[in-house]
Amino acid sequence: MISNLRGIRSIYGFEMARFGRTFWTSLMLPVITTTLYFVVFGSAIGSRMSSVSDVPYGAFIVPGLMMLTMFTESISNASFGIYMPKWTGTIYEMLSAPLSPLEMVIAYVGAAATKSVIIGTIIFATAHLFVDVEVAHPLFMVGFMLLMAVTFCLFGFIIGIWAQSFEQLQVIPLLVVYPLTFLGGAFYSLSMLPPAWQAVTLFNPVVYLISGFRWTFFGQGDVGIGVSMGAVAFFLTLCLCVIFWMFRTGYRLKN
Amino acid sequence: MQPVLSIAGLAKTYKSGHQALSGIDLTIDKGEIFALLGPNGAGKTTLISIVCGIVTPSGGTVTVAGHDHSRDFRAARSMIGLVPQELHTDAFEKVITTVSFSRGLFGKPRDPAYIEQLLRDLSLWDKRNAKIMELSGGMKRRVMIAKALSHEPEILFLDEPTAGVDVELRRDMWNMVRGLRERGVTIILTTHYIEEAEEMADRVGVISKGRLIVVEEKNALIKKLGRKTLTLNLAEPLATVPDELAQWNLALAGEGHELVYEFDSQAEATGVPSLLRRMSDLGIGFKDLNTTQSSLEDIFVGLVHEKREEERAA
Repeated sequence: MISNLRGIRSIYGFEMARFGRTFWTSLMLPVITTTLYFVVFGSAIGSRMSSVSDVPYGAFIVPGLMMLTMFTESISNASFGIYMPKWTGTIYEMLSAPLSPLEMVIAYVGAAATKSVIIGTIIFATAHLFVDVEVAHPLFMVGFMLLMAVTFCLFGFIIGIWAQSFEQLQVIPLLVVYPLTFLGGAFYSLSMLPPAWQAVTLFNPVVYLISGFRWTFFGQGDVGIGVSMGAVAFFLTLCLCVIFWMFRTGYRLKN
Repeated sequence: MQPVLSIAGLAKTYKSGHQALSGIDLTIDKGEIFALLGPNGAGKTTLISIVCGIVTPSGGTVTVAGHDHSRDFRAARSMIGLVPQELHTDAFEKVITTVSFSRGLFGKPRDPAYIEQLLRDLSLWDKRNAKIMELSGGMKRRVMIAKALSHEPEILFLDEPTAGVDVELRRDMWNMVRGLRERGVTIILTTHYIEEAEEMADRVGVISKGRLIVVEEKNALIKKLGRKTLTLNLAEPLATVPDELAQWNLALAGEGHELVYEFDSQAEATGVPSLLRRMSDLGIGFKDLNTTQSSLEDIFVGLVHEKREEERAA
């Protein structure tokens, strides 16, 4: 299945060079966003809020903030990465190369996921300037970050192949993922909601992902860690199946 | 000898229902230059795209040097280089980066010496560090060719290589094609200029409405297609063609102001000089004259018609 390692490296290198061209913007953006969130939620509002299940509010929002940014960055980077060659037409070269679909996915998703993990790490580091955050399960935390980055980059890859205009490229991240993440407990615990809304929120898949990531930090989440893991595994498998189907049928790539 | 490319029963129907190709059979020998002629929309690009793996066929098989192009796609594709018709480039990349990228994409180890020689051959070496968006259209075309040759393919597809290309680049391109042929590279090009096929190709295939209607040695085809029309603008209009000129089968046009003569440009005696002498003997003066090759479009119509007649007869 994988034999053209040079091909993978070429695309990966190409994508990383693309990020490199906007290095400072990519680096500064998460730093500034994090700072803004901390000024507003951490200091201005957070100081009036009691701690959430013994965790100070400032620290409580760190995992949610990381996930929110990583979701949106993963989707936009991965979708843009594959949409651009489609849009400029340079995709002809990938399709005519001795490169299997799996190799193509590894290269594009790998590069986008690398960037997401870097951004997540920057946010994590920046947050330390404002609050003390201790991580209860560091290995799980790193693993979760990697899995989330890969999963959402796969999702972004699907959107990039599906999209036929720049508008469509933006629709899902802005109108679906961002609200779901925001309402998925990025900045609050479900226990803070009225019971009726708690029940509704449980239909939001992002709740399970953020809750799982928060568990790796504080050893507790809105739902059990097993449930969160199951949700991650399900979403990852779903994305892989869709991509498998897309390449098998040549969906919007070979017609 | 095993053919380098063999296509059998290849068909493509797009989702829109448009049947781009139907039952294409074609065999290409190693080292030959094959020109695929056809009007726009005939299926040339679809055919090339299928062989290169960009479009999925609806039916049929493609074998590249014995490798099935879908089952054994790695072996098949690494032998093929493609220069598409449109200029698809990454605007922000440097010339040398994008060419090296293509080589890596095809799984070949880095070879700076080869890349340098390639860029020099295509007069791109001085521009190697320029961003592609800073280049002219002709230079971009050269970059596309360099990308296609970056992995040292044994078969090169050139899709409409000289559409919108200046004279210098056209000449360079033909030199390059000749050089590649000497190295044993097989070249398949599409065009709708018959002169181009005439100049370069060993064999010519004519495609129309998704069917390969003729595949022939170039010289044989040119004989078949080499009809020209001579139009004479008369000084004084004629009511009828004079009997003395009957042997040329002339026609009158433009309300008697034009005399039209169709002839075979490859024939030893085209009949043109004798016609003009005879006219001057008869005192029929003309103001101007021009000759035109029957357009490719006409030729296609003729060929398709012929084909139908044959089918009906069979």
